[in-house]
Amino acid sequence: MKMKTLAATALAGAMAAGTAMADLVIPDLSYRTGPYAAGGVPFSDGYQDYFALLNARDGGIGGETVRVIECETAYNTERGVECYEATKGEGALIYQPLSTGITYQLIPRTTADNIPLHTMGYGRTSAANGEVFNWVFNYPANYWDAASVAVNYLLDENGGSLDGKTIALVYHNSAYGKEPIRTLEELSALHGFKLTQLAVDHPGQEQKSQWLQIRRERPDYVVMWGWGVMNQVAVQEAANIGFPMENFIGNWWAGAEHDVTPAGMAANGYKSLNMNPIIDYPVLAEIQSLVHDAGNAAGDGSNLGSVLYVRGMYAAMLAAEAIAKAQEIHGVSDVTAPMVRDGMEALEITNARMAELGMEGIGPEFAVTCQNHGGTGQGLVQQWNASAGVWEPLTGFISPDASVIAPLVAEDSAAFAAESGITPGCL
Amino acid sequence: MLYREAGDFKTSYQADSQTFPIAFDRWRYWAVLVIAFCVVPFFVNAYWANAILVPFLIYAIAAIGLNILTGYCGQVSLGTGGFMAVGAYACYKLMTAFPDVSIVIHIVLAGGITAAVGAAFGLPSLRIKGFYLAVATLAAQFFLVWMFNKVSWFYNYSASGQINAPERFVAGIAVTGPNTAPWAQYMICLVFLTICALIARNLTRGTIGRSWMAIRDMDIAAEIIGVNPLKAKLTAFAVSSFFIGISGALFFAVYLGAVEVGEAFGIQKSFLVLFMIIIGGLGSLFGSFAGAAFLVLLPVALKVIGVDLLGWPTDLVAHLQLVIVGALIMFFLIKEPHGLAQLWRLAKEKLRLWPFPY
Repeated sequence: MKMKTLAATALAGAMAAGTAMADLVIPDLSYRTGPYAAGGVPFSDGYQDYFALLNARDGGIGGETVRVIECETAYNTERGVECYEATKGEGALIYQPLSTGITYQLIPRTTADNIPLHTMGYGRTSAANGEVFNWVFNYPANYWDAASVAVNYLLDENGGSLDGKTIALVYHNSAYGKEPIRTLEELSALHGFKLTQLAVDHPGQEQKSQWLQIRRERPDYVVMWGWGVMNQVAVQEAANIGFPMENFIGNWWAGAEHDVTPAGMAANGYKSLNMNPIIDYPVLAEIQSLVHDAGNAAGDGSNLGSVLYVRGMYAAMLAAEAIAKAQEIHGVSDVTAPMVRDGMEALEITNARMAELGMEGIGPEFAVTCQNHGGTGQGLVQQWNASAGVWEPLTGFISPDASVIAPLVAEDSAAFAAESGITPGCL
Repeated sequence: MLYREAGDFKTSYQADSQTFPIAFDRWRYWAVLVIAFCVVPFFVNAYWANAILVPFLIYAIAAIGLNILTGYCGQVSLGTGGFMAVGAYACYKLMTAFPDVSIVIHIVLAGGITAAVGAAFGLPSLRIKGFYLAVATLAAQFFLVWMFNKVSWFYNYSASGQINAPERFVAGIAVTGPNTAPWAQYMICLVFLTICALIARNLTRGTIGRSWMAIRDMDIAAEIIGVNPLKAKLTAFAVSSFFIGISGALFFAVYLGAVEVGEAFGIQKSFLVLFMIIIGGLGSLFGSFAGAAFLVLLPVALKVIGVDLLGWPTDLVAHLQLVIVGALIMFFLIKEPHGLAQLWRLAKEKLRLWPFPY
């Protein structure tokens, strides 16, 4: 039997080993199936379409064409590891797994293999400390920033004081959902609000009891850390118990079109954080004409301009800018993964550059340093207008409370460094 | 004409009751072992190890464990994922609490702890059977996952609830952590699988195994001829959980390195291992290997064929995979309830009679 296995393995391995070409290889660990596909599909479409646009418009980055390898993970860590191993040999420059679970798998692996990992707004929050996590980047913002931004927004709404208010946190019962708890606990001690924690188990369709508890306890605000099918169910349940939508705030993974449309008009007024305002960027028209009309759209091409599509495109833009920076630093166009890491660490995103790229105001200005891989941490609040079917930006970029976040990052990354025997320092 | 008994004389009782009665099978067995231990480690790369070989070896251990319980003793269990989680978390707690003790000892101890937990959850089997027992073990699955998620002592109070395997060594060679060489990962799993398979083989051939099979075939009759159902069922649960615990510990420490309980050890894992023994063959060690190999290789093979060769969209291939696995399970349940192992057995029978079948 084992012989048969080995023969099959040999065959599979031989077929998997592709040919190495001199171009920029970007793996896309996407998930278009499973309970989180609703979020995975638009993100992946945006990520791929932006690189397709660069290929069509500029001939790639610095004259090198970009080759995107898509690999389906179904949000499953084992498939994620398989995808990572299958693609890293092809000269992968940067990984963007869009899954906290897979990120935890890949942090040690990419560090050992010297490939940068970009987890924008998800993954391990303390990776913002670049001296411990040399190969991991989570700019422009992370979960702890998101928690703080949400609280800062509520503070602003309540004239600077949340004293005596109750905030319920509805979270996905996984590493992803548990991330903001520490920060919110600190903030609740600081600002005097009461925090109720309500866990929702994977994948998130079952949340009747949590919402019954909310109906009974009547918290002033509900903050949600959800993803995939969980969001739609939560918005519907909130509508069912008549919870005021204006007081219900999702994080930036719980605020896309597909999360609110199933509830119809009942979802009107639902708020969520976002790291990229949804406005009519000129680059979207370029993608429409050069990629979609040319028949090269990723997926079915129906997601152009949606919240997560724009975020995927933003992620691709940050990767492309880092690669361009790496080419500039090292003076070669066919860069390697360690060079891209240097580019990411020297990355500087300015308003002028974003305007030049046709996406003015898509994110805050920020510069990455060796110590800070986390960006500014700013986020904004948007609100769902159900009759128009659009997410309207409600605020400008709100800064998180660095005096709360920074010590938490330092503490958690120091624990990781001690656990893994890492001496913090710049590469 | 490879399978023939002509000229293969047995002159002792020992020779007559050996595992492989046909000379060719014996040689093949040794050849497989030699190749697995002495050839593969020199050729294994990170992709083969992480995507195919290590998961195959680990799932084979889990499948052997479940096969002992379900295939040999007839107790349906849907708690495999939960028991694997017990192995993984026991291994994690031991690794972090006693960093100087060898990881091999920790993995064996993790198996022992899982055996105790498994035996405890096996107690209802003395009163209930079949579907009802399946539901009781399902409760174990959900309870254990809930507990590992809820009680932060199990994940050392980390913020996210993930457990990470620190770097540990066997004879100075890293076997866990990111700097593990692919061959080291492969070898430690292979050694554990070989030992587990040998133990399982010998247990199932002896008194204990016969009492399990007697309980499986007809528990009342077994009781009448003197089999103690309490002992038989609880030992089956304990031995089965021991193997499943070892596979869970290896799954966490050697294969993934970081685990989130709900995602890695959810109900899907229980179903996956159950599918392995259904497709591979209930009540057969070879079936455990065949089923594990089949279900580990199938998605990879489908991906290679569908995405890399035919250029189909990744989501189409992923959905197709669900359809194919589902269809295969129905096919095996209807056409060949004894699975791949029975097909292999039939093929051998045919070859032994070939070219003059009667």
